[in-house]
Amino acid sequence: MFRIAKREKASITDSIRFRSLGFLAGLLLSMGFIAVLGYNPFSALVTLLIGAFGTGTGLRNTLTFAIPLATTALGLSVAFRMKYWNIGGEGQLLIGATAAMFVSLVAGENTSGWILVPMMLLFGFIGGAWYALIPGLFRVYFRTNETLFTLMMNYLAIAFVKYLYHVLWKDPLKSGFPGIRSIQEQAGLPRILGVSAGIIVPVILMIVLYVLISRTKPGYEIRVVGESEPTAHYAGMNVQKIMVGGIILSGGIVGLAGAVKLSGETLTLTESLGGGTGFTAIVIAWLANLSAPIILVVSFLFAALQQGAQIIQLRLNVPAAVAEIIKGLMLMSFLGSEFFLRYRIIFNKRDKSQSYPQILSASQSSDIETDKTPDKEVKP
Amino acid sequence: MISILTSPDFISSAISFSVILLLGTLGELLTERAGHLNLGVEGMMLLGASFGYIAAVRSSSLVFALVAACLGSGLGALMYAFLTVSLRVNQTVTGLALTMFGAGLANSVGSKVAGTSTPPNIEAFFSFHPLEMDSPNSAFLRFINKAFLSHDVFVYFSIVLAVLLCVFLFRTQEGLALRLTGENTAAADASGIKVTRIKYLYIVIGGVLCGLGGLYLPLVQQGYWIENITAGQGWLVVALVIFVRWHPIKAIAGSFVFGALSILGSSVQLNERLSTIPFYNQYIMSMFPFFLTIVVLVITSARKGAWRGPAEIGHPYFREDR
Amino acid sequence: MSVSSSSPAENAFSMKGISKSFGSVCANEGIDFEVKIGEIHALLGENGSGKSTLMNILSGVYRPDCGKISVFGETRDFRSPGDAIRCGIGMVYQHFKLAESLSATDNIIAGLSKGQIFRALQTEKSDDRHISTMDPDVSVSPDQKQRRTGTNYISDLIRKFAKRFHIDFDPDKLASQLSVSEKQSVEIIKVLIRGAKILIMDEPTAVLTPQETKKLFSVLKKMRDQGCSIVFISHKLGEITELCDRVTVLRKGRSVDTLVVSQVDTYDLIEKMVGRKIELEIVRPAPNPERLECLRVEGLTYHDEKGLAKLSDVSFSTFYGEILGVAGLAGSGQKELCEAIAGIIRPSSGSISVDAEEISGLSPRSITAKGVSMCFIPEDRLGMGLVASMGITENVLLKEYAFQKGIFIKTDRASEKSDQIIKELDIMTPGVRHPVRLLSGGNIQKVILGREIHLHPKLMITAYAVRGLDIQSSHTVYRLLNEQKKQNVSVLYIGEDLDVLIAFCDRIMVLCRGENMGILDANHTSKIEIGQMMSGTRLEVIRTGVDYVSNR
Repeated sequence: MFRIAKREKASITDSIRFRSLGFLAGLLLSMGFIAVLGYNPFSALVTLLIGAFGTGTGLRNTLTFAIPLATTALGLSVAFRMKYWNIGGEGQLLIGATAAMFVSLVAGENTSGWILVPMMLLFGFIGGAWYALIPGLFRVYFRTNETLFTLMMNYLAIAFVKYLYHVLWKDPLKSGFPGIRSIQEQAGLPRILGVSAGIIVPVILMIVLYVLISRTKPGYEIRVVGESEPTAHYAGMNVQKIMVGGIILSGGIVGLAGAVKLSGETLTLTESLGGGTGFTAIVIAWLANLSAPIILVVSFLFAALQQGAQIIQLRLNVPAAVAEIIKGLMLMSFLGSEFFLRYRIIFNKRDKSQSYPQILSASQSSDIETDKTPDKEVKP
Repeated sequence: MISILTSPDFISSAISFSVILLLGTLGELLTERAGHLNLGVEGMMLLGASFGYIAAVRSSSLVFALVAACLGSGLGALMYAFLTVSLRVNQTVTGLALTMFGAGLANSVGSKVAGTSTPPNIEAFFSFHPLEMDSPNSAFLRFINKAFLSHDVFVYFSIVLAVLLCVFLFRTQEGLALRLTGENTAAADASGIKVTRIKYLYIVIGGVLCGLGGLYLPLVQQGYWIENITAGQGWLVVALVIFVRWHPIKAIAGSFVFGALSILGSSVQLNERLSTIPFYNQYIMSMFPFFLTIVVLVITSARKGAWRGPAEIGHPYFREDR
Repeated sequence: MSVSSSSPAENAFSMKGISKSFGSVCANEGIDFEVKIGEIHALLGENGSGKSTLMNILSGVYRPDCGKISVFGETRDFRSPGDAIRCGIGMVYQHFKLAESLSATDNIIAGLSKGQIFRALQTEKSDDRHISTMDPDVSVSPDQKQRRTGTNYISDLIRKFAKRFHIDFDPDKLASQLSVSEKQSVEIIKVLIRGAKILIMDEPTAVLTPQETKKLFSVLKKMRDQGCSIVFISHKLGEITELCDRVTVLRKGRSVDTLVVSQVDTYDLIEKMVGRKIELEIVRPAPNPERLECLRVEGLTYHDEKGLAKLSDVSFSTFYGEILGVAGLAGSGQKELCEAIAGIIRPSSGSISVDAEEISGLSPRSITAKGVSMCFIPEDRLGMGLVASMGITENVLLKEYAFQKGIFIKTDRASEKSDQIIKELDIMTPGVRHPVRLLSGGNIQKVILGREIHLHPKLMITAYAVRGLDIQSSHTVYRLLNEQKKQNVSVLYIGEDLDVLIAFCDRIMVLCRGENMGILDANHTSKIEIGQMMSGTRLEVIRTGVDYVSNR
């Protein structure tokens, strides 16, 4: 039989190891599932890999998927660091895109791109920040449950964009059909090798956030608040101010992701612009342990999975449901690997004798080095 | 506006619509009473709806449809239970993942039967209204008859279920064990209650109820399948549970209020006189339930010292924690 | 003097070769432990010696790494607390396991079937009738809202059941409304109703007044006379000699010896518990005779979120070069008092001043800005005083970073300081970056003490500074605080062990339900007197015998 014991702390190598194992387990499960359905699992795997990375189009699509995911996850990670459950990424992203669209709509047809693009990005940030701030203020000053509040804000945003799409911003040129006109040509982000220049946004943000969180005073404050609000109070921090600041930053970055997606990918505003990015990003941020560099890696993997699953569906002619189940299996195994980061499974030898305990097993060997701390409390 | 709200047709369709919310709310309520916040309601509703509907269309059998809906949503809930109870993964993230997975799978399954309508024999079953009076003679009775008595078996079943669950929660030992588990899992465990069994059981039952609620949508409410048929109802359910303070009887009233708000948009759209007023359109009206939820959340949080639901929600339980 | 192992037949249970480790800490190492039927057996050991772990294994909460348990002669393998309950083992945990929003009755009967409840409660039906006719206050008070008839009937049965053990509480109350000793009663009834023949009490007296302790002892003795076996976990020798028949001593996770209490010498027990001869005497240097006032609190009142008065009209002063102790049952307002002075919570009314400088209602940072150097060592060290997952350097930064210039954090000075603290206080850690939550309780307390002392305070507030520490670490804390006292610092010491308060402090203030019951000179008082004040009798009333308040 086996027992479960709590792991004291998992090193970075541990977490990479167990997360990768979770990923592999998901892959194996998926391949098993495909085999059960009567397809060749290996050709499916190869198709997936080639579809995601092997061709220029595939890689470009993967990167295009990854840009909003990574940006949004980076934004959300700031809020999560404060244990503020911002589930409203989808809404903040939409409102960010809406704000950017607004800039494009009010600007003249011939406004220079050098003014238009920065203004759109800035408005995207402000839009997302403002939209995140509404539930944020209620959480900070009235302790309203932010998980559900931000969640509801998503649906308000979707309904609002629908309203714009069908009524307020309806393009008269589309003669009866609903829809908003596209942004000016010069308002689109330039392309680098076929990928939107927006790809630099998550990379820059990653560096900025990494430095901010680990090296600066506001970052230190955010970490302390997230770890324990009473400690922050005790140390004399203004917890409310810090949280409001963090929420603005978090929502702003997510709004920026919306503006980048609008300007670099969709070129017009629709209610489905978010497409679940806000939710997927939550899972990404969580799986990456809120670490900025790892968020980029995980986002890329998720985007690759998304792209690869589409290709499998097309090439192997499997039903769309199969691709969805594969994504689900991968996602759940990836999540489940968290267990091994927090707990160890120890296999008991069924040893009924009273002999000296045999508590160490192979899985524990890595912990032995740190085992030297226990009894140092007692001095000779 | 008032005339719309008090018309028997409106009340009748509000009740009919609220069944979806009521079943979901009862399911999520059980889950949360066990100390688990399952944000996967939307996903489980979609799973129940798509699996059930495809079974209904392919077999023309209501029994198969119900079984398939239970299986679809129950398996989703089981996956959630395994991850959060046994593997102790964060509940919020797992619930969201379940919604992502459920929605993806349900939409691709459902697309097979898009454009097909509910088989006639099943439709016939749901157009049978057991309590409806033949020809009431007074205006008052006609109103009652149209508004409250012209409903199918499913509607009355879900109301009876709410009452039964209330008795179960507050009058039985099993119900007490469930409540104690959600309030203080360690205390329940130390009292000899099998907490893992309880958590798995009520998470899965909760998921099944959500799935049944979801099935009602394509099978009866719409009569056909469209993509993302739940359109956020699952999220409303999560909020409703707080609104009704984790109480099954209050869930009946709460679902009705939210049900009425949800169909208000389309009712207004049909009324020509109102639709000319600016901002009075279905898109703005569809915000109402979500907006109300927010108001409810704020009011609840302002009430200091009030019970804020099962204390264990969100906390993974590990017996050897010190 | 060791007692030879008794024959298995008369053993209630025996544990052999029990080992259990948590991460890198080995809590139990090959422990043997036996308890006879119908005895009260003390489990003695310092904090961290593995007493609670051993008993949590017996009650099925922890699974041992290895070892064998047999109960009433049969080998058992407990997979859950439920398994242990079915074998007649019940444990009253140190941290009560009650759902605050449920009634006492619901907490007691949850997990039992209706049949089990009635069988347990009605075994002595004739007895019950007898008592209920004799005792009028058994009936439910009319103002008690009848919540539901089914449970009310059960509540009555529980009330009668409790009477049999001379335990008294209102089962219809919500657990959150019960006092600490009532909560303990609920836990005891919870265990008894499940038919426990072996009762484990984990440090039950830590939360009680001396008077309540006496009452508990008579309950326990009564239960022993009815054939129960009781394991009494404690580190207080006086209680063991008063109550127990035999004692087993644990040290650093190993069992040292089992002895008959009546044949044993206290000093021997201490030596076995600590592992060597030690000076238990706490030194108390003379206070500064000048009696210059440092902190002055007047009419301090605080209402919490729910509007409950946690502090009402508390007034007192502390002097430089003196230690003022604060005694009181858990939750009598100690936490709120400290936090109000430290500026963490805002008092509803009243004034707080240090050196005649008003600081009431100011945030911790504005207090520092006013030039008042005060430090506060909170009760919850990892949850409030420190950031658990950060290393020592980053925890030292907590009190410094705000005074650095620029936006970036500079760690060099803090890490120098950390090295200094580690060296001065002899802190055992693999490095300044090692998360403090992984350190032992004593080292954690040293980190926070070191950081605060380095701020050179003139007022020091410590809440339960030795809670959970072993004797050696406790004495380090006493020594450090005494040093501060000699350097003319004014110390406010919130404590729970009355013996320590009397020996260590110069004066003792007693709090009860947020009110100041009076301030005693530690040289002229007794545990009994403090106990009376802890349960609500004012000093004037005790000293003069006249109840001014009720005469008014």
